[in-house]
Amino acid sequence: MARQTSPQRKLIVTLIAWTIGILMFWPILWTILTSFKTEQDAVLMPQLFSTGWTFENFGIVQERSDYLRFAMNSIILAFGSTLLGLVFAIPAAWSMAFSPSKRTKDTLLWMLSTKMMPPVGALLPIYLIFKDYHWIDQHIPVLVIMFMLNLPLVIWMLFTYFKEIPVDILEASRMDGAGVWQELTRVLAPMALPGIASTFLLNVILAWNEAFWTLKLTDVHAAPLTVFIASYSSPEGLFWAKLSAASTMAIAPILILGWFSQKQLVRGLTFGAVK
Amino acid sequence: MSRIELKAVRKDFGNLGVINGVDLDILDGGFTVFVGPSGCGKSTLLRLIAGLEDLTSGQVLIDGRDVTELGPAQRELAMVFQSYALYPHMSVRNNIGFPLKMAKQPEDMIEAKVRKAAETLNLTAYLDRRPGQLSGGQRQRVAIGRAIVREPKAFLFDEPLSNLDAALRVQMRLEIMQLHKSLGATMVYVTHDQVEAMTMADRIVVLNQGRIEQVGSPLELYDHPKTLFVAGFIGSPKMNFISGSVAARYGAATIGIRPEHIQLGASDGGFTGTIRIAEHLGSDTFIHAESPELGSITVRATGNIEASPGTALALGFEASRVHRFDAQGVALK
Amino acid sequence: MATRHSQGIARLAVAPAVIVLFLWMIVPLVMTIYFSFLRYNLLNPDMDGWAGFSNFYYFITDESFPGAVFNTLALVATVIVASVAGGLGLALLLDQPFWGRGIVRLLVISPFFIMPTVSALVWKNLLMNPIYGLFAFLQQLVGITPLDWFAKVPLLSVAIIASWQWLPFSALIILTALQSLDEEQKDASAMDGARALSYFRYIVLPHLARPITVVILIETIFLLNIFAEIYVTSVGGLAGNLTYLVYFQGLLNFDIGEASAGGLIAVVLANLVSIFLVRIIGRNLEI
Ligand SMILES: Nc1ncnc2c1ncn2[C@@H]1O[C@H](COP(=O)(O)OP(=O)(O)O)[C@@H](O)[C@H]1O
Ligand SMILES: [Mg+2]
Repeated sequence: MARQTSPQRKLIVTLIAWTIGILMFWPILWTILTSFKTEQDAVLMPQLFSTGWTFENFGIVQERSDYLRFAMNSIILAFGSTLLGLVFAIPAAWSMAFSPSKRTKDTLLWMLSTKMMPPVGALLPIYLIFKDYHWIDQHIPVLVIMFMLNLPLVIWMLFTYFKEIPVDILEASRMDGAGVWQELTRVLAPMALPGIASTFLLNVILAWNEAFWTLKLTDVHAAPLTVFIASYSSPEGLFWAKLSAASTMAIAPILILGWFSQKQLVRGLTFGAVK
Repeated sequence: MSRIELKAVRKDFGNLGVINGVDLDILDGGFTVFVGPSGCGKSTLLRLIAGLEDLTSGQVLIDGRDVTELGPAQRELAMVFQSYALYPHMSVRNNIGFPLKMAKQPEDMIEAKVRKAAETLNLTAYLDRRPGQLSGGQRQRVAIGRAIVREPKAFLFDEPLSNLDAALRVQMRLEIMQLHKSLGATMVYVTHDQVEAMTMADRIVVLNQGRIEQVGSPLELYDHPKTLFVAGFIGSPKMNFISGSVAARYGAATIGIRPEHIQLGASDGGFTGTIRIAEHLGSDTFIHAESPELGSITVRATGNIEASPGTALALGFEASRVHRFDAQGVALK
Repeated sequence: MATRHSQGIARLAVAPAVIVLFLWMIVPLVMTIYFSFLRYNLLNPDMDGWAGFSNFYYFITDESFPGAVFNTLALVATVIVASVAGGLGLALLLDQPFWGRGIVRLLVISPFFIMPTVSALVWKNLLMNPIYGLFAFLQQLVGITPLDWFAKVPLLSVAIIASWQWLPFSALIILTALQSLDEEQKDASAMDGARALSYFRYIVLPHLARPITVVILIETIFLLNIFAEIYVTSVGGLAGNLTYLVYFQGLLNFDIGEASAGGLIAVVLANLVSIFLVRIIGRNLEI
C-alpha cells in the first residue's frame, strides 16, 4: 500500500521476518558451520562455533569419495541436458509462439502433461533397456533421460518469454529484408537472450537436484552429486563434519545460481499460470 | 516509386472471409488511404501487399511484375507499424541502418544515409539512444527513418499515428505529408479515422467487410458517396439519414443530408424541430434536434449561435445537397 | 506472420521436440502396460507367460500396499497443508515493508535449491538425531525426553523435511501473486472504506485462489512421486509410499511384472490430479 508505515511497525515486522528467515535458513547455515568443525566439535551441542576451524573435512571428503568426479558429472549432466533441451526447445517455442496453429494450444498442454507422468510409470522399462544395452552409469544415456525429463519445462518457459516479444518486430525485420536466419540471430535472439538465460539457469538447478533417475541409473562412473551424498546415508562412526562438508560442497554452486534466478522460478514452475 | 495492382484478391482465415475479392490500382507516387471501421480488413489488405500474409487467391503486382509468391524481403517495400516495431536492443542508428545492413551495403554508405535520414527527421541528437529512451513521437520518426533509408518502391503505413496524443498526431500528419511531397514516393496509409483520411489522401479507398465500397478523392467521396455506408462514414458530424414519407417525396428509399447543409430558420420546404442539446465548439455549433417529420437530426451552424434546449426550430435542406439512395443503399442519380 | 513458407518452417521446428516427447511418453508406458500383464521376474527366468490381472492382484493385496497408499496420501496432504498455510503467512509477511527484505527473501527461498538427498541427510543427522541432533538438544533444554524422530514418527519426519523444501515455493508464488495485486484496486478499496480485514477477505483471498490452486496441484504432482527423502533416510520399510513400493518390488525384488502393475496404479493416481492442473493452465493460456 502506498500509505506510510510507522517506524515502530516496520521495526517489528523486520524482527519477525528476520527471525523466520533465519529459522528457514538454519539447516543450511548449520550444515555450513558444521563442515568447518572437527568431528568432536560437531556433536558437541550448544556449540554454535567451533573451537578450532578446520578445512580438513573437505580434503577428507574429496579423498574418500572423489568429490570432484561427482561434481564434474553433475556439471556434465545438468548443463549437458539443459543445453540439449535448448537445442530442441528454442525452435519449438519459436514456432509455437510466433506461428501458432489451431493445434498449438493442445500441443503445449500435451507437452505439459508428459511432465506429470510419474517416473515409476517408466522406471522398469527404462531400467531394463539401460541394463540390456549396458547404459547404466554411462554419461550420454543418463543425460538423454534428463534432457527428456526437463524438455517440457524448457519449452514452456521459453514459450512464455517468446510470447512477450511483439510479432510486429519480427515482421518489421522481414520487411527490412532479413531472411529466416537473420531474423532469428539478429532480432529474435538478442531480444530473447534474457529469457533463454533464465530458462537455462532454472533448468540447470532442477537437473542438478534431480534425484530419482540419477539414483537408479548411475552408480560411480557417471554419478552426480545426488548419488555422492546418498552414499553418506549409512553412518560410520563420527562423520557429521564430513557429511556437512560433502553437503556444503554439493549445494553451494547451485544455491548461488538459485539466488540469482529466483525471480524466474515462479514463472517457470507454474507454466505461466501465475503472472 | 511504383504502381501496385491488386487483382481479385481474397483472403480467408480458416473459413472466415476477411478480404472478399478486391481489385485496386494504387497509382505511382500517390498517397492512397485505406479507411474503414475497425475489423473491416484494412490491415490484412496492407499485409497482403507487404507479403506478410499469403493470398487465398488473386494476384499482387508491383510495377507490372507478379509478386504474389515473393516473401516480404523480396518485395522492396517498407512498412511503418502501429506499434513502431523498433528493435529494442539496437540504437537508433542501428535501427535506421538495419535494412541497409540486410542489403549488405558498405558501412560508410550506411552511415551517410542514416545521417541524412536523421537530419530530415530531426533525430541527429538521438542516434545513440535506444528506442526505450525516446518519446512516442521520436519513436515514430525512427520507424519512418528506417523506412525511408532504403528508398523502397512504396511505403506502407498501418495506423502509424494512433498511439500518439492529439497534438502530436496533427504534427506528424503534416510531416508525413511533407515527406510524401519531397520523396514523391508511393504511399499506402491505413487508418480508421476518416479525418486523417480526408486530410492526407489523394485517393481514399473505403473498405467495408473486406470489400471496396468506393474509391475516389476526398471531395468525390464527400460530394458523391456511392453508397449509404460511404455517406455515413465520411464526414463529421455524420450525415443525417431519413427514410419513410419524406424520402419518398424525393423518390428515394433513404435520403441523406449533411449537418452543414441544413439551414436554420429557412421556412420553405420547411421542417420543424426542437433543440435537445447543443455543442459549442466556438467556430461551429452542433445542434441535436428532434423533428416530428425527420426524427433525430444534427445541424451544423457556423459560428457560436444561441441555442438553448427546448427552443423550436425551422429547418430547410439545400436541395442540391440532398443525397438519394435506393433500398439497397446505392446512390441514385 | 502467416505465410505458407513460414508456416512450413514453423511446423518443421516443433517436430523434433514433439517426436522426442512422444517417444518418451509412449514407449515406456506401453512397455509398462505390457510387463504388467506378464509373469516376469529377473531372479526367476523360468517364470514366463501371461499373468492376466494377477500382478495387479498381488500388488494390491501385498501387505505393504494399504500402508503405501496411506503414506502416499498422508504425505501429500500434510505437506500441502503445511506449505500452503505457511507459505500464505510468509508471503503476507514478506509483502510488508521492512529492512533487509531482499536478504530475507533469499534466506527463505534457499531450501528450494537444496538437493533432496542433502536435505534428507542433514535433517536426519544434524537436526533429528535423538542423541546429538539439534532438536534433541533443544528438547533436553526444556526438559523433554528427546524424540527418536525416524524410529517413532517416520512419516511425520519425512513430511517435515518435504514441507521445509516446499514452503519456499508456495511462499514465492503467493508473494508474486500478492505483488501483482493492482495498486489501483488497493486504493479503490481504501476509498470504499474497506478495513484491513475485509480487504483481505474480499480482495486478497479471491485474488490468491488461482495461484494457491496451482501451488496445490503442482506440489501434488511432485509429492506423489517423492522418493529420495524416503530412500536416503532408510525409512522405506516404515513410511514407504507407492513410488517406493514399486522401486522395492522392481529393483530390489526384481519382480518386474508386479512392479509394473504398481507403476500403472501410480500413473492413474497422478493422472487424476494432472487432469485438473492441465485444465486450469489451459484455461489461462492465450495463444
Ligand atoms: N491472423 C488472423 N487469424 C484470424 N483472423 C484474423 C487474423 N488477422 C485478422 N483477422 C480477422 O480479420 C478481420 C480483419 O482484421 P484487420 O485486417 O486487422 O482489420 P482492421 O485492420 O481493418 O481493423 C478481423 O475480423 C480479424 O479478427
Ligand atoms: Mg488494423
